[in-house]
Amino acid sequence: MRIFLEQMLNGLTIGSFYALIALGYSMVYGVMKLINFAHGDLFALGSYLGFTLLVWGNAYVTSHVGLAGGMIAAMLIAAIGIGIAGIIIERIAYRPIYSVGRLPAVVSALGVSIFLENIIMVVWGPRYQAYPVSVVPTLRFEIGGIHITLLQIVILILSFVLLAILYYIIQKTTFGAAIRASALDRDTAALMGINIETIIFFIFALGPALGGTAGVMVGMYYRQISFTMGWNYGLKAFTATILGGIGNIPGAMLGGLLLGIIEMLGSAYISTAYKDVFVFLILILVLIFRPRGLLGEKVAEKV
Amino acid sequence: MAKDNNSMGTMIRTKQENEEINKINKVVLQTDKLTKKFGGLIAVNNFDLKVSQGQISSLIGPNGAGKTTVFNVVTGIYKADGGKVVFKGEDLAGKKSHQIIEKGIARTFQNIRLFSNMTCLENVMSGQHCRGSAGVWSSVFRSSHQKEEENKIREVAERRLHQVGLWKFRDELAKNIAYGSQRMLEIARALTTNPDLLVLDEPSSGLNDRESEDLMKFLKSLLKEDLTILLIEHDMNVVMGISDWVTVMDEGKKIAEGFPEDVYNNPLVIEAYLGKEEEEEL
Amino acid sequence: MKTNKNIILKNLPILIVIALLTLFPFKMNNYWIDVFFFFGIYALLGLSLNIVLGEVGLFDLGHMGFMAIGAYTTAILNTTFGIPIIILLPVSAIAAGAFAWLVCSPIIHLRGDYLCIVTIGMGEIVRLVLINNPFGITGGPNGVFGIDFLSFGGSLVIDSSIEYYFVIWIIVGLTILGLVNLQRSRIGRAWNCIREDEVAAESTGIDVRYYKLLAFVLGAGLAGVAGNIYASKLMIVSPESFSFMESCMLFCIVLIGGMGSVPGVLIGAAAISLFPEMFRTFAQYRMLIFGAAMVVMMIFRPGGIWPRKRGAVKLESLLMKAGEENG
Repeated sequence: MRIFLEQMLNGLTIGSFYALIALGYSMVYGVMKLINFAHGDLFALGSYLGFTLLVWGNAYVTSHVGLAGGMIAAMLIAAIGIGIAGIIIERIAYRPIYSVGRLPAVVSALGVSIFLENIIMVVWGPRYQAYPVSVVPTLRFEIGGIHITLLQIVILILSFVLLAILYYIIQKTTFGAAIRASALDRDTAALMGINIETIIFFIFALGPALGGTAGVMVGMYYRQISFTMGWNYGLKAFTATILGGIGNIPGAMLGGLLLGIIEMLGSAYISTAYKDVFVFLILILVLIFRPRGLLGEKVAEKV
Repeated sequence: MAKDNNSMGTMIRTKQENEEINKINKVVLQTDKLTKKFGGLIAVNNFDLKVSQGQISSLIGPNGAGKTTVFNVVTGIYKADGGKVVFKGEDLAGKKSHQIIEKGIARTFQNIRLFSNMTCLENVMSGQHCRGSAGVWSSVFRSSHQKEEENKIREVAERRLHQVGLWKFRDELAKNIAYGSQRMLEIARALTTNPDLLVLDEPSSGLNDRESEDLMKFLKSLLKEDLTILLIEHDMNVVMGISDWVTVMDEGKKIAEGFPEDVYNNPLVIEAYLGKEEEEEL
Repeated sequence: MKTNKNIILKNLPILIVIALLTLFPFKMNNYWIDVFFFFGIYALLGLSLNIVLGEVGLFDLGHMGFMAIGAYTTAILNTTFGIPIIILLPVSAIAAGAFAWLVCSPIIHLRGDYLCIVTIGMGEIVRLVLINNPFGITGGPNGVFGIDFLSFGGSLVIDSSIEYYFVIWIIVGLTILGLVNLQRSRIGRAWNCIREDEVAAESTGIDVRYYKLLAFVLGAGLAGVAGNIYASKLMIVSPESFSFMESCMLFCIVLIGGMGSVPGVLIGAAAISLFPEMFRTFAQYRMLIFGAAMVVMMIFRPGGIWPRKRGAVKLESLLMKAGEENG
């Protein structure tokens, strides 16, 4: 039982990473009908940005602002930096191609993904980098016999706060309604007076920003980062998006958390080696039997 | 709309002639209490339709009445939730769309669905696909059987292209020709499947008066080929001009049917169309 | 009436290319012959993906999985049972094709983007399973080694770079002939109709599901052939050769070359295999440039370098009746 609960905690932690990244996919796909393959690499880039800040500022962090300050600074820099990156990418690589068709958009997104992944490799090197131990909280607790680390607590709380804020914006504000409307039918939304430019700005800034923040969290949690983590996490996060219902933002959150739990349970009770296979099988099964995901709506094509 | 006003001349059958035909003609297509739901919405509700051989039947009704949905169920795009569709005496239940086409029903779409980046000739040739049998290996190695079949397909397609007057566009991409020509191209493609029943969804939509008249003449001429035609139409000139039988739908149900002039004057039908207008004014 | 001279003139560019490809290896060192061997492999793979992606328009981002099945079938059966490579060539093609039929049947109805994701997943599952060495047959991350050379009976053994070069390019040539014939047949037309508008295709009497599956099976089979030759040439196969990145490269070959266009695919394959060679000195940056090039290509020439031309040739009427022309 103890192991089960600990695995659940691990699952929730990983799940929150997936959820934060999945949000980016869901928002962009929902409104633009584009699978932003570059999103996973933006997440990785965020991780590296945080890494760089903490390595350079290592001394400053440990002596002046402490662990908490360092973490917050890293996440902020990553969020802002990656948010900007997201907007730039949309302007340069996607905007000219919307009118052309789906396939060129896919190729372009893949191109951006390859480009980003290799920028990371060129700048930071092909080998693993590691977040320095000194900037990562290492406190462990035992509550009711269950082991949990301070880092996990921080990540879980922070993630839930971010997700809750986003949920509130999307579900309870007018702007959020505009986003949801654009995700359902972009052209009609535009005709109804919704400023699609603003929506695009929002989704391409906020999605990557959340992804970048998740990148820093992952960096602190696992400490080792590599330039290939982008597409690995990206694919899983996309699975989470599909699981929850693509284009559905609460669905992306739910899907992410669920996927993390499923992955952990699978790896603990079935096999660690095949845990990725397990995740992909879930993806395929969802697409076969319930393509709209858990929270998605049926979309009928008018013939 | 008196009958003597239309321009079809002697091609129109009198009411009496049609009554005779109805008595002796086979029923080509029949729906029996056909029902189709989308979630909570009942789009087609216990709908009975009869189409007699050698005639032009029209299915009319206000927008949203369910006419295209009936077509989609008949041609296998949707599965019926209740009732059945019988074509040439055979129940079409469970058949996939392409099988139904093979059986002899061909259709066009309200919003013209052509193969845009293929030439007009290729579009029409695709209609003969289900009448061919050459497989992968005979195609890869260009067996004599396959070559013969290809020539036959080309010939049938060419004939149809000539018939609709689009031969000059044979090597044009379908997306590049005029709207009216695209409509005719879609009909040519449907005809190339060698159907017994031609099902047309608002074929005169978007056509000007002259094009509509040409279309009507053309459809009438098809009857000589032993074809049966079922139309969805909004243009009353077309409906009155060439229909032998009219069925009226509203909100998924049949509200009237009969000879064109009877339906035209039927108060229920008038209310269905005009009644809607009143609602909108409120 | 076409005279022989006309036929030669019309096909002159192709004949020149064939002549160059035939004479070239005798002038080059083994290194470059090998480069062109891999160009041939990419060409075959590009043509195989072209059936699925170019002709039918199905987003397949896991195509290397099929090549892996072919390669490993050859590798395992050859090293375990000593079955000759030449026999394993059709066996690998069939294995890859059967695998495609099995895994694609339940998902073939999925809409474009979703199919894309599933194929990525499938490709990854193949690679991951191979790495994990189930039942000890796949050799794990190190793969399988000790694969034989290709031989035709005892006398003709393919064991040099130049010989493998000719083998792959003969296969590519035959494949091109077969594919061009398919393009001009009712099957090729059906595929293109499906790509243009699935609903219209089904409503015109085309069994959409069957033809989509057919495309996948044929594409997989050809990829399996590529796997067989690849395994035999390298004498070793390992899972990392069949990664998602490689599937992306194939995808790009078809799209950048020009969907459904055979010359386009060849150009794309040339670009992919020769590109790294040109940027040898900037090895680090070449993928960077490649990624940027993809984006630029899509902005300025989304149809591809050599898009397929339809209707360029004015067809003559087959109908001999007088007065049929009403143009």
